[in-house]
Amino acid sequence: MSTFLGLPGLRRRVPDDGATAASAAEPWGAVPHPDEPLRWGESFPAAAKHTLKNEQLRKNLGHATRTIRGKRAAVVDEVPDWEALRDTGSAVKEQVMAQLPDLLAQLEENVTARGGVVHWARDAAEANRIVTEIAQAKGADEVVKVKSMATQEIGLNEHLADEGIAAIETDLAELIVQLADDMPSHILVPAIHRNRAEIRDIFLARMGDAPPDLSDVPRELAMAARAHLRRKFLSAKVAVSGANFGVADTGTLAVVESEGNGRMCLTLPETLVTVMGIEKLIPTYTDLEVFLQLLPRSSTGERMNPYTSLWTGVTPGDGPQEFHLVLLDNGRTDVLADEVGRSALHCIRCSACLNVCPVYERVGGHAYGSVYPGPIGAILTPQLTAASGGVSGADDVNASLPYASTLCGACYDVCPVKIDIPSILVDLRAREVDADRGKHKVDPWRAAMKAASWVMSDGGRFGLAGRAATLGHGLGGRDGVISKAPPPASAWTRDRDLPAPPDETFRQWMAEHEHGEQDGGER
Amino acid sequence: MSAREDVLNRVRAALGGSGVGTTAAGKIGTTPGVVEVPRAYRAAGEHEPGSPEVLTQLVDRLEDYQAHVQVVSEDELPDAVAEVLGGAGSVVVPSGLEEAWLAPLPGDVVVHRDTHAGPDSPLGATDLDAIGAVLTAARVACSETGTIVLDGGPDQGRRAISLVPDVHLCVVRADQVVETIPEAVRILAAHPERPQTWISGPSATSDIELDRVEGVHGPRTLHVLLVT
Amino acid sequence: MRIALAATCIADTLFPGAPRATVRLLERLGHDVVFPRGQACCGQMHVNTGYLDEAVPVIRNHVETFAPAADGEWDAVVVPSGSCTGSIRHQQAMVCRRAGLDDLASTAEAVSAKTYELSELLVDVLGLRDVGAWFPHRVTYHPTCHSLRMLRVGDKPLQLLRAVTDIDLVELPEAESCCGFGGTFALKNADTSAAMLADKTANVRSTEAQVVTAGDYSCLMHIGGGLSRQRAGVGTMHLAEILASTREEPTPLPRTRTPEVAR
Repeated sequence: MSTFLGLPGLRRRVPDDGATAASAAEPWGAVPHPDEPLRWGESFPAAAKHTLKNEQLRKNLGHATRTIRGKRAAVVDEVPDWEALRDTGSAVKEQVMAQLPDLLAQLEENVTARGGVVHWARDAAEANRIVTEIAQAKGADEVVKVKSMATQEIGLNEHLADEGIAAIETDLAELIVQLADDMPSHILVPAIHRNRAEIRDIFLARMGDAPPDLSDVPRELAMAARAHLRRKFLSAKVAVSGANFGVADTGTLAVVESEGNGRMCLTLPETLVTVMGIEKLIPTYTDLEVFLQLLPRSSTGERMNPYTSLWTGVTPGDGPQEFHLVLLDNGRTDVLADEVGRSALHCIRCSACLNVCPVYERVGGHAYGSVYPGPIGAILTPQLTAASGGVSGADDVNASLPYASTLCGACYDVCPVKIDIPSILVDLRAREVDADRGKHKVDPWRAAMKAASWVMSDGGRFGLAGRAATLGHGLGGRDGVISKAPPPASAWTRDRDLPAPPDETFRQWMAEHEHGEQDGGER
Repeated sequence: MSAREDVLNRVRAALGGSGVGTTAAGKIGTTPGVVEVPRAYRAAGEHEPGSPEVLTQLVDRLEDYQAHVQVVSEDELPDAVAEVLGGAGSVVVPSGLEEAWLAPLPGDVVVHRDTHAGPDSPLGATDLDAIGAVLTAARVACSETGTIVLDGGPDQGRRAISLVPDVHLCVVRADQVVETIPEAVRILAAHPERPQTWISGPSATSDIELDRVEGVHGPRTLHVLLVT
Repeated sequence: MRIALAATCIADTLFPGAPRATVRLLERLGHDVVFPRGQACCGQMHVNTGYLDEAVPVIRNHVETFAPAADGEWDAVVVPSGSCTGSIRHQQAMVCRRAGLDDLASTAEAVSAKTYELSELLVDVLGLRDVGAWFPHRVTYHPTCHSLRMLRVGDKPLQLLRAVTDIDLVELPEAESCCGFGGTFALKNADTSAAMLADKTANVRSTEAQVVTAGDYSCLMHIGGGLSRQRAGVGTMHLAEILASTREEPTPLPRTRTPEVAR
């Protein structure tokens, strides 16, 4: 993988604080910055092949995901009505999707009534333009940002940089990612692939005002970030945030966070711009009583996150006196149009599915080639990019994402809104296969599956095939295993032996058994 | 067509609407059925608001977040305030805070009473950054999660004052403490338009190796005086 | 009871020991075991790889073969596999409906209602814990993902194993983590699969068990393939093979590759 040097990615850097050219040459940019935040890099198997070689990454991820899994399990176990909350959360989100046009109109009306300005964006370019124009109208050459997946998804920082506006990420992990000129690898903890020593090195080289004797103790690193950002918070004129929830019946928006950087951004600047996906709605204010229980326990594994901010339009004398809400489509309506896949829009971005996913734990977030990694990314990314390919068959790298799972089901078990990710993965695989059907090219998988279907749909044919396979019994040699097989089984035998077929199939044995012959013999 | 019309039409098409075109990918979806929302979760806890069980749980949970908690009587409150803020140097308080709470404060602690915005509001963000502590009341607290909610009432003030100073001393009355989140939300629902800050311990981060570090951008120290 | 056996395609052709042991066990417990010869496969491989059209004839064959269970001719269908049972229960009808075959879907549902994974049949239907087995070896148990999360068999297999005489049952660290098989995942994402397998085999080896057992031969083929390549000297056995083992007719330990026999 190339470094960021010379790539457009450099534009993402915060252009001040004395980062030198020499320090910029340090190899932290694991990922060159993509033009498409939802489609970068290679297909999943190829990207995973690279990331799996990174021993440090696997160690960091193994440690971090094990820690958070334990925390989540402990705080979920102490809630007696957890399953009832999940049932409600799931149904409320389903209801939101069913009533989306009315709820969006209601939200708009309520935000407007309280002095906010509502904008609509069909796609990333339109949303970026709206935010840029607001910042320009305020004369700002710098905006402070609360961590937000929606703005990651539209590549807002890069767009603002092109327009000469520096977007400063204020969440600690986002700051680490931004300083390293890296890409996030986790929805909640974007720098989960970094350990403390790497973070110290990044701060020393890139922060500009980091204490020279900075250690790698997390507390010291956090204090360095506090000092670095303090001045930005106190002077910022414009802040940009996402939203965890938008309440239709009151026009209230919610941001759930830990560090207080969110409160700083949502409170101190004169102007606040919030970019929210249209699916983030909940119908009523009291529905918060469900989601504010589900989200923190599922995401950070805390009974409650340190800070949650709720605001409704503009409050005279308190907080930003100008508030803009940008409602973003950017492919969401394509997801909504899919009867099976639409429940991917129920996601509240807790990232519990990433933390329990055995695939994510090994390969890390970058292998998914999207700002949405992990199991939810594997169903969301292809659908969000449907208009430009997405699930349209083997030609699109995103079409490899639904196969990035063993269907082990751990994601479904922890999802606070009960998104049946394994079933959606299977459905998307079927769509990809169907999209490829019309194409006149040789596909060994399709040929094999067709042949297998013919054999496996008849007991007689299957019995004959099994009997034929027993002819291979001798292939196993003394140990009874095959250690080197031709493709495609060679992918298997690279790391695993394959058992040689037995000298007798089960049905052969059973025929003898049914005729009263003696049971027994070797395995 | 405006972006608004376009997006709403796409949503309608995705939900099977006819005569509104298609989504960006050219799709028209199926119409979802009617959704029944089950509400089998607990609407309230086992214990009454302000009951000893609930207060004990609140203290336990707040301490788990590394907040400093003291249970005091109404009479003891002013002295307890003075004890916590004695070395703060300066303190900002919201305009509606009870004067009596500040009475025993040592003379060398400068008190800024924050009037609401307007020409007399003297304190900008940089000013607040130079102040040692903030003292507020609260709207409601939830014991199960160790959460205190401020909703901008006169004794809680605008959001900036409880954010920028490094020490937050928050006074919670026993009768404000409920056990569960649904109970808290239903109290707050009386004024959903008020800006709210839900606080569960001092600011914290787990961004480095999922190790929790208390105290980042928000107040690094949270003191709670629970008045019984 | 009259119990029809769905042997599963993989066990029929590659691991006949598991269905053989299922027959021995159930006959020892006094039941009639029927093997409908029309059976081949439940269709899971096709479904999970996205070939739903190609899955339809496979599913049709399964459903029609086992339809007598829905009509009461057999009391139950037993499957020595969690994932095949899961596919029968959660996928077959969905695939039929998607293909517009509502009648077939209804029959599939009726058959699946009478279909049980082996530990479900033994514990839930037959009410057993102790099946009279004897197996004097050190064993660790891997709960396969689909038995755990699609079927929710919970600790039923462990209840059965704990009741085996003279068994030395040791806990597998990080037992509930997937072994990385995932059907065609092991081929399509071979590198990731191998990384998951490496962790699973390391955990198995840390138990110093002689045998790792599970309710699915597909996962065991994967774990066993890794252990064999490492010449770890740890064998794989299906739960049925351990439960079928008695003093009179013990199931022999499987052959394993060990460093000592390295060629």
